[in-house]
Amino acid sequence: MISTIVVVGGGQAGAQAVDTLRREGFAGRLLLICDEPALPYQRPPLSKKYLSGELTAERLLFRHRAFYDEHRIELKLGSRAMTLDPRARRVELDNGEALTYDRLLLCLGATARRLTCPGADLAGQHYLRTVADVTPIRAAIKPGSRVVIIGGGYIGLETAATCRHMGCEVTVLELADRVMNRVVAPSVSEFFAQEHRAQGIHILCNMRVTRLEGAGRVERVVCADGSETAADALIVGVGAVASTTLASDAGLPCNDGILVDEYCRTEDEAIFAAGDCTNHPSLRFGRRVRIESVDNAFEQSKTAALNLLDRKIPHDRVPWFWSDQFDNKLLIAGLSQDYDRQVLRGEPASRSFSVCYLKGDELIAVEAVNHSKDYMAARKLIADRARMNLTKLADANLSLKEAVAEPVTRNTPTGS
Amino acid sequence: MPRITFIEPGGLRRVIEAPVGISLMEAAVQNGVQGILALCGGACACGTCHVYVDAEWFSRLQPREEMEEGMLESAWEPRGNSRLSCQIHITAEFEGLEVTVPQRQGAM
Repeated sequence: MISTIVVVGGGQAGAQAVDTLRREGFAGRLLLICDEPALPYQRPPLSKKYLSGELTAERLLFRHRAFYDEHRIELKLGSRAMTLDPRARRVELDNGEALTYDRLLLCLGATARRLTCPGADLAGQHYLRTVADVTPIRAAIKPGSRVVIIGGGYIGLETAATCRHMGCEVTVLELADRVMNRVVAPSVSEFFAQEHRAQGIHILCNMRVTRLEGAGRVERVVCADGSETAADALIVGVGAVASTTLASDAGLPCNDGILVDEYCRTEDEAIFAAGDCTNHPSLRFGRRVRIESVDNAFEQSKTAALNLLDRKIPHDRVPWFWSDQFDNKLLIAGLSQDYDRQVLRGEPASRSFSVCYLKGDELIAVEAVNHSKDYMAARKLIADRARMNLTKLADANLSLKEAVAEPVTRNTPTGS
Repeated sequence: MPRITFIEPGGLRRVIEAPVGISLMEAAVQNGVQGILALCGGACACGTCHVYVDAEWFSRLQPREEMEEGMLESAWEPRGNSRLSCQIHITAEFEGLEVTVPQRQGAM
């Protein structure tokens, strides 16, 4: 009998899991351990409308306090799970409290990757992962401040757009030869780089940061080409690392994330994991993946919650992602690695276009720029393993659904 | 605060007093209305806060923008009165607004 479930981590995955568990009728003791002091909240606006001050912290919350009380969800805010003993089925918190569980769900999330170059210990550097991280950034980004952002990925570019919007002089230093190089096609990178430049942001690629300099706090960023960029504030967005320490210290296998099966179960049958911290098999893409996204955190933790209750449901979803930069919306469906060809639909100059990725003639991913129609259609078509007619696909006047190849008719008995 | 009725997928009528200035989606989520997922938090990027707006009210709302139209096209059972609730901002005139939450959410 399952009488106590402990969920560690109060991000998107943890918050969703407790919600699902109650909705699915789990009536036992339910605890949610959050290392941050705030009620569980949404992270995506942190680099956008929360940073700009347009949204208050209250509006980031998934649920009000009353929801947790009403559903008898015991919140342990500002508590960190320090050790996990799978044999005793016990988690110990930083305040010394020990909690025993029948089932444990680890939603440990990810942490911002840190710089390691000389000067990385200087003050005046900011990472953006939590609501508390935003407070000092807001204080630092006054109109006219020179803001240097290391990393031209989602966080770097979204933050750059927000800082520029607030009147800062913004420079983005990207290591690769183009922005968002790990997640989008060159044409999409080019589009966004141009949009940022048009807004007055300096986007510099092929910039390897070699050291940070300053008297006690960062004043300059020095790159391998010898260039120096003056900084009143430095924001670092160079990726995230799965938080696995609690699991790996407990002997659970980890490899770029906590290893789980399609039922979100770790090697220990009483311990499950979901969200950014997991390395899980993707049934659709036929390989193990670690996905950092709201969507995966939500879907995987929902599935994990059902499996905590012994429902035996596989996590099998097509991932999706989005990013807002100025008035542009990047919408991505699927995973674009391991493709055979890219097909451009529409003209980037029109500010609304998409890039389709095919494996053979099967649609595996779509990056849509200001094109919600292709994006939403793609989510379904990718899940269905739709095969595309390449000629039709390149014709932006046809919808994505109209570009599906003629189905192979099967001779199946129709019954009577 | 205007009172807004959400009819949940199971048929339950939930009457919520919603503060002016937030979106219809936020009012639903904060009150735990069943069937409104709103994964993207209102960025018009997920299509999981779809509602059907009572006919009398539909024409009184600001019309859908292109981005919302595109999202709804592949949503579950789109209808003429479909809206993404994150794109509707609550004003004092919303007293008595009634919306129905579809049976499912997301790309179909």
